[in-house]
Amino acid sequence: MSETALSQLIADLAGGHIRIVDLTQTLSPDFPQIVLPPEMGQAWPFRIEEASRYDTRGPGWYWNNFSCSEHTGTHFDAPIHWISGRHLPDNSTDTIPVKSFIAPACVIDCSKESAADADFLLTVDFLRKWERRHGRIPAGSWILMRTDWSKRTDPVAYQNLDETGQHTPGPDTAAVQFLVDERQVLGFGSEAIGTDAGQAFHLKPPYPCHYYMHGSGRFGLQCLTNLDLLPPVGAVIIAAPLKIREGSGSPLRVLALVPRAMANLASMAKKTNTRKRSRAKKTRR
Amino acid sequence: MVTRAGYDDVVITCPVTVPYVRYSIRGAHWFLAGALADLLKRAGLSKDKLDGLCVSSFTLAPDSAVGLTQHLGLTLRWLDHIPMGGACGIVALRRAARAVQTGDAGAVACIAGDTNHTNSFRLNLATFSQFARDAVYPYGSGGANASFAFLTAYYMRTYGATREDFGKICVAQRNNALKFPYALMRKTLTLEEYLNARSIAEPLRLYDCVMPCAGADAFLVMRRKQAEDLQLPCARILATLERHNAFPDDPIQYRGGWALDRDELYAQAGVGPQDIDVLATYDDYPVISLMQMEDLGFCKKGEAAEFVRRESFTADGSFPHNTSGGQLSVGQAGAAGGFLGLVEIVRQVTGQTLGAAVPNARLGLASGFGMINYDRGLCSGAAILAAGQ
Amino acid sequence: MPTLPPGPRSRVALGLTAGAALGRLELQVCRDCGTVQYPPREACRVCLSQRLDWRAQDGGGELVSDTLLRHSNELFYRERMPWRLGLVKLDCGPVIVAHLHADCAPAPARVRVSANLDRAGQAALVAIPEKDTPNMADDRQLREMTCDPKFRKVLITDAKTPLGHALVEAIVAAGADLVWAGHAEPWKKPPGFERLASLPQVSLVPLDLTNSRAVKDLAGEIGGRVDILINTADHHRNFGIAARDGVETARTEMDINYFGLLRLAQEFGPAMRARGADGQSSAVAWVNLLSIFALSNFPPHGTYSASKAAGLSLAQCLRAELAPAGVRVINVFPGPIDDEWNQTLPPPKIAPKRLAADIVDALRGGAEDVFPGDIAQDWVARWRDNPKALERELAAHQF
Repeated sequence: MSETALSQLIADLAGGHIRIVDLTQTLSPDFPQIVLPPEMGQAWPFRIEEASRYDTRGPGWYWNNFSCSEHTGTHFDAPIHWISGRHLPDNSTDTIPVKSFIAPACVIDCSKESAADADFLLTVDFLRKWERRHGRIPAGSWILMRTDWSKRTDPVAYQNLDETGQHTPGPDTAAVQFLVDERQVLGFGSEAIGTDAGQAFHLKPPYPCHYYMHGSGRFGLQCLTNLDLLPPVGAVIIAAPLKIREGSGSPLRVLALVPRAMANLASMAKKTNTRKRSRAKKTRR
Repeated sequence: MVTRAGYDDVVITCPVTVPYVRYSIRGAHWFLAGALADLLKRAGLSKDKLDGLCVSSFTLAPDSAVGLTQHLGLTLRWLDHIPMGGACGIVALRRAARAVQTGDAGAVACIAGDTNHTNSFRLNLATFSQFARDAVYPYGSGGANASFAFLTAYYMRTYGATREDFGKICVAQRNNALKFPYALMRKTLTLEEYLNARSIAEPLRLYDCVMPCAGADAFLVMRRKQAEDLQLPCARILATLERHNAFPDDPIQYRGGWALDRDELYAQAGVGPQDIDVLATYDDYPVISLMQMEDLGFCKKGEAAEFVRRESFTADGSFPHNTSGGQLSVGQAGAAGGFLGLVEIVRQVTGQTLGAAVPNARLGLASGFGMINYDRGLCSGAAILAAGQ
Repeated sequence: MPTLPPGPRSRVALGLTAGAALGRLELQVCRDCGTVQYPPREACRVCLSQRLDWRAQDGGGELVSDTLLRHSNELFYRERMPWRLGLVKLDCGPVIVAHLHADCAPAPARVRVSANLDRAGQAALVAIPEKDTPNMADDRQLREMTCDPKFRKVLITDAKTPLGHALVEAIVAAGADLVWAGHAEPWKKPPGFERLASLPQVSLVPLDLTNSRAVKDLAGEIGGRVDILINTADHHRNFGIAARDGVETARTEMDINYFGLLRLAQEFGPAMRARGADGQSSAVAWVNLLSIFALSNFPPHGTYSASKAAGLSLAQCLRAELAPAGVRVINVFPGPIDDEWNQTLPPPKIAPKRLAADIVDALRGGAEDVFPGDIAQDWVARWRDNPKALERELAAHQF
């Protein structure tokens, strides 16, 4: 049975009946990185240094060395990342059971609300409304909060910082508790930097998504893109972090398998699969 | 006054010049060898009879006199190397004369010569001395021109000398040079041309400066008996002086070592300035010739300009001066510039002139000056020569 | 490669260069008879004592003679004829040859002599008028020895720090034609930054020194026009060794303070080398904002000190590599700047405006190692006098 399912999968992929949607931002030095207060240890932004490029350093080859945080770019958060999950079994990227790395996803469209309010909080009510339209959230699903935040290609707008900190959407405490306790989700994914809202240090507890998700052995995905190409239900997410010893997370390639009929065909026709993050360019003297 | 020994019967013979050329691909050894060969030929001496050698050259490096002995196949009892620029002729004469006088050497060949490549001048200047490299050359890299511009401007301001005064010296020397076969400057020079020439370092203009070239000058020093046996005309040495780093506390050079020692020079020679028939000053710049005229007693300090206006300086003039043309018209073949005046005085008093002869020249004075180590010429020298008989 | 004035000096003459590097005229003084010596030498010209010490002199003197040189043996000077020179009798004794400022009256005249670094990086004595004249710094010959920002194009790598901000204003006020104001962390908007950007001479350029590609791209855009590069980027945290776990903070300090300089030097160096001492429009200076902590480690800011020491060593390498092009590398070693990173340190601290003014002065003068402010002056005096004693004093937190 499963052999047929797998060969069917391959055939469907080859035949275009199943589309692969790339939910990953390109890793480049231009991608914004979370910045903590200066007295804290910082997460390194992505940096890449050429080792050779068909030159005296290596005539026949091109390769680079790169550095970044485990939490740079599109990345996976493991339970060990948060204090609430530090003692759980199998809580790091090398010990999480691999079956968690392929899972269905529910995409919660908050794009209009997020456009109107950068500090929009996803509530239980909003989730229940979503369920009335699309059905009950299945256990073991990824909950992906679509905000279209990834369309903010200007790094300043993407990070959206001011004197009071970052302003990006996220779930409120009750919504997280609901997802964990009432729906047994696999984890929470967002398009912005952080699964929690930018101002979530004001919530109780601070950063409730990290606190409760990781505290219950669940996962996070951040800086996703192309969520607007996914159906509300029906997509299957492949998200396998690097196998770092005692890793708290890692940048990774997040792919969604989507039945063609369900894909947003109009949107896909306009877009290409590779998108560059543009830099604000001004004319200089 | 210190009583110094005279020079007894030590004489100078065989004034020799290897013709000057503007540039040469040859090394200094070539010119020095040429001078030595000419000396030996004129003297009728074979090389193995020569037991003393005194050498001066800027471009002989990395060799000094020692290298030359093996280079030219000489076995010697006495050897010296005189790196004193424009004073090297007088100093070489003093060294060689004492060697011959004491019997340390039988006959000493004194030779000075240099080659001149197109970059010789710049390379020599850049490493001329530690003080020049550290404290002069980095400032404009004008070489001696800048240093003597300072001296000339100061002298003009302090004593009222004019460019016309300097010009008169240069024009007279050029007239003398027109008759000298080895002079590189072959055209007449008018005062007008001198005054309007291209500025080099104000107030110095083109004709205030010597032309570096390649060449050599030389003479032999021996006992009179040997000169007579070889039938060589010769000149006696009546007196000499040598002084280095005179008046070190003068803020700028307006007088040289001759001022310290000239009384002793004339006393030793038993003559006075008025007795001198022909004068050769070291003329790297006309202002220095004026300084030598003062410091050697031909006029008072500060009055050389007046003196110049009064006298005439061609070989047939009232005060024959630099009668072969001096360096300013013949050219400066490096260290040979320090021999040029002395060799001309020998030629004049021994009746062997190649150019204009001073009538009845019996007493001549050759003066040397040189080595702008920093801001002034350190070496000064002078010799009074008399006709041999 | 551009032409330069003659460079070779004897070792003893480098003592003059050491003084000029600090902006001082220092001459040898005999410890036994007091005679002041020049040119530099190995023994006293009066008493032969070998105990000669370099001491600061005030430079007053009498111009004894002067000339206008119209011919030179060196290409550097041939390209710049005519050139004015003077012979000066200093009040302290020696006679010196100096470059002569156009405003000095002909000899005899009173002058002041200073020791500047010339384009070859060696000490050059300069005689200027006894009293300042209007626009004295514009003297053609003096401009050959200084790196005056007037009429030049300047890159300031981090214009967002208090010092960077003050420096942009100071450089604009000094008459620069164009100031590229570098900035990273686009989300950070310090007060007054927008106003800075609106100055007509100022052009904002993104520049993150930890990003090799960004540095390369900016160099590709503007590198060929930068006359003066001032590297103000500085990552400063207050940790020694025991006060912090892990190397993350220290790595970032090194990434900006050391590797940042390396990236800048690799990308901007070649163009500046090619345009060095290049007549009217030329690359003339590279300024590094180091720290007095670079000389001797200040343990409370221990890893920061080490990163600035690394920056200092690399800056010396850069100085050697840019020297043949006549581009001067000026290292600035302030004491604690009056900014957020030095809040816990007691005064005296140097105000960013004061430090910016000192940097402009260094560009206008002839020095290459600058110690602005009271702390820096005190610290370097202690260091020169006895570096081991300073090490002990700093370890005991005596500051």
